[in-house]
Amino acid sequence: MSVPDRTTSPFEPSADLPPPPMMRGTWGWMRENLFSSLPSAFLTVGCLFLLAWFLPGLIRYLFIDAIWSAADGEPCRAPGAGACWAYVNAKLTFFTYGAYPRDQLWRVNTVMASGGILAVWLLWPAAKGKGLAALLFFAVFPIVAFGLLTGRTPFPSLLLPSPGSNIEWWAFRAAIGVAAVALPLLALQRFWLGGVLLFLVAWFMAAAHWRLLGLTRIDTDLWGGIFVSLLVASVGIVFSLPCGILLALGRRSRLPIIRFLSIVLIEIVRGVPLITVLFMANTMLPLFVPDAWSPDRLLRPLIGVALFSSVYMAEVVRGGLEAVPRGQYEAAMAVGLNWRRMMMLVALPQALTAVIPGIVNSFIALFKDTTLVAIVGIFDFLRAVDTQRLDPAWAGPSISATGYIFAAAFYFVFCFAMSRYSQMMERRHAAGRKR
Amino acid sequence: MRIHARSLVTASLLASLAGAAVFAQASVALAQAPSKTLEQVKARGYLSCGTNPGLAGFGMPDDKGVWAGIDVDLCRGIAAAVFNDPEKVKFIPMTAKDRFTALQSGEIDVLARNGTWTQSREAELGLLFAGVNYYDGQGFMVRKKLNINSALELSGASICVQQGTTTELNLADFFRSNNMKYEVVAFATSNEAVKAYDSGRCDAFTTDSSGLYAERVKLANADDHVVLPEVISKEPLGPAVRQGDDQWFNIVKWTHFAMINAEELGITKANVDERAKSPNPEIRRLLGTEGDFGKALGLTPDWAARIIKQVGNYGEVFNRNVGEGSRLKIKRGLNNLWSKGGIQYAPPVR
Repeated sequence: MSVPDRTTSPFEPSADLPPPPMMRGTWGWMRENLFSSLPSAFLTVGCLFLLAWFLPGLIRYLFIDAIWSAADGEPCRAPGAGACWAYVNAKLTFFTYGAYPRDQLWRVNTVMASGGILAVWLLWPAAKGKGLAALLFFAVFPIVAFGLLTGRTPFPSLLLPSPGSNIEWWAFRAAIGVAAVALPLLALQRFWLGGVLLFLVAWFMAAAHWRLLGLTRIDTDLWGGIFVSLLVASVGIVFSLPCGILLALGRRSRLPIIRFLSIVLIEIVRGVPLITVLFMANTMLPLFVPDAWSPDRLLRPLIGVALFSSVYMAEVVRGGLEAVPRGQYEAAMAVGLNWRRMMMLVALPQALTAVIPGIVNSFIALFKDTTLVAIVGIFDFLRAVDTQRLDPAWAGPSISATGYIFAAAFYFVFCFAMSRYSQMMERRHAAGRKR
Repeated sequence: MRIHARSLVTASLLASLAGAAVFAQASVALAQAPSKTLEQVKARGYLSCGTNPGLAGFGMPDDKGVWAGIDVDLCRGIAAAVFNDPEKVKFIPMTAKDRFTALQSGEIDVLARNGTWTQSREAELGLLFAGVNYYDGQGFMVRKKLNINSALELSGASICVQQGTTTELNLADFFRSNNMKYEVVAFATSNEAVKAYDSGRCDAFTTDSSGLYAERVKLANADDHVVLPEVISKEPLGPAVRQGDDQWFNIVKWTHFAMINAEELGITKANVDERAKSPNPEIRRLLGTEGDFGKALGLTPDWAARIIKQVGNYGEVFNRNVGEGSRLKIKRGLNNLWSKGGIQYAPPVR
């Protein structure tokens, strides 16, 4: 008895028949997605009617009847005129920069452009040299931006005599002195210490030379528009994540004082409305501190916003840390990791990935909350739009609508971009856990 | 171990409470320290002026962010008198809610934000109004083709008005006291009321007369509409300061008076240097060529000359911001000098 040779007659399935025509292509897709059941079909038809009802009018208002160029509001006031884009065009500089002196706009542009490039570098998943980007973005950029925007020296001359005396000369001497210590250390391969000292040298040199740039001083009461909105939002975002992580760790700490202080800070700040804090900071502060002590009017809401976003972030991050199974911590301890490594290598990566939607949610909320600074007299973007729609040269029936549509589009673009970016990051991080 | 931790927490809590108490006492002491606004302003190097964030003609930044308006020019006048530089002002936009708090706390030195001078604001809020730089009041706007010249001819008219405002109450008072019939068409916002008037829903629109002029600019054909001369309510708008610093109160008050006196004496931005040589003793006293009337205010003898030279007299300021020289084209009316049929009147400098 011989065994039949299976290799000579392999099983070959015949090719699948194509699905019936009604299930293929556009028709198939529509059947599947738009008309899969009676309620679904009703919804589809209803939505189509809704679109047909308002889309043509919207398009006519926004584009066809819109006034694209005009010297003043006269053409926009004519009956039947649509959105007045000429007005947005005429006011765009004010919307972007507020009252920042017009011949100094390059300073804002430089800061915004370099900030944008660094942010893209940091956020682009495939980009190389993230460490350098982070150093530039978090250490160098804020200093340079501060100096450029205010025209004041961003290098508080540590260890140096007060202003009025010859700071440049002092800083130069200090730099030489520090360099004299740093170079031998570097030669002896004490890289850490040498690096820090070289940083001090750079600091002193920069402090000495900053004034030679001859930038005029521009006080923050002239800042405004999109520039201030982005500034407030980015300060909030940049501070909130690290501070929030620290606070979340502090709240879960076993050290009683740290835990107590974290809880007190989080609960107090969360328990008070942001508007109250801004209001206290910007109208009541002079009651408590003398004139010279009160910080800049723009700095106060910046601190308030950073503090607020930090405590909300702390609770988001804590949620992530609670979600990491206890076994993960125990496993980390079992392999002998200390607390710092356990957190950095095991707990935080899992916790942060789990709460990306929550983090981005906070960022988006924060981005929109920046409009609250208008209440304390800062010309953020929305306030700039709100003010300029009253300009008698332009005021008219369609001006307010045009201004607000423009503002809505601006906020939508930023919030939508953040949301899409976070979805992309979620997909990347979830790759290992996808079912 | 547990007890140890708890006592640590308690101790730190007590310590922080004690610290807070000490800080609170220190701050009360600081707040109560006698402080002269003029000294503070000079030491700071600029005037902090609370303005409206955006009201055409009174205070709003233009395309370049330069503030303009009659309230703004008053602050520039104070800065000119104190610093000899009208640009040494920081304009701090104030909402209606926080304006008085900011003034009381010292965040701003003067509030020039088209605030209405009322008894309760002085008596209850501890403010002092230093004068009236704009006499506002409720008025009516109608179509020209109705051929109406007075609000008394409005009997039987339908009138668009914003709901729930004093405007609505004033309207009722006016028609009742004149025994006239009318039909109210009320809207939730001022914008809707104007739209309804523009589309022909009512014969007349009513709000404060400065507002009427501002709204008229927005209409499709501004020239087809006319603001009637009657003013049926009192809305004196002026700059306010804190109580308790009479010197500063005087400076703000006399900045306003100096501008009115200058108009009355025919001194303008352009001719102030030339007029200083005039033999007229009133002019000489105002411009500081005779006597030293600035000294008692804590200012220099030429304080008024500085204001007029760098900002202008009241008429110039009015004309430039809200009058014929602006888009609002508000008539002088009540705001004309007392000698020309209005009620703007300033005590003499002597």
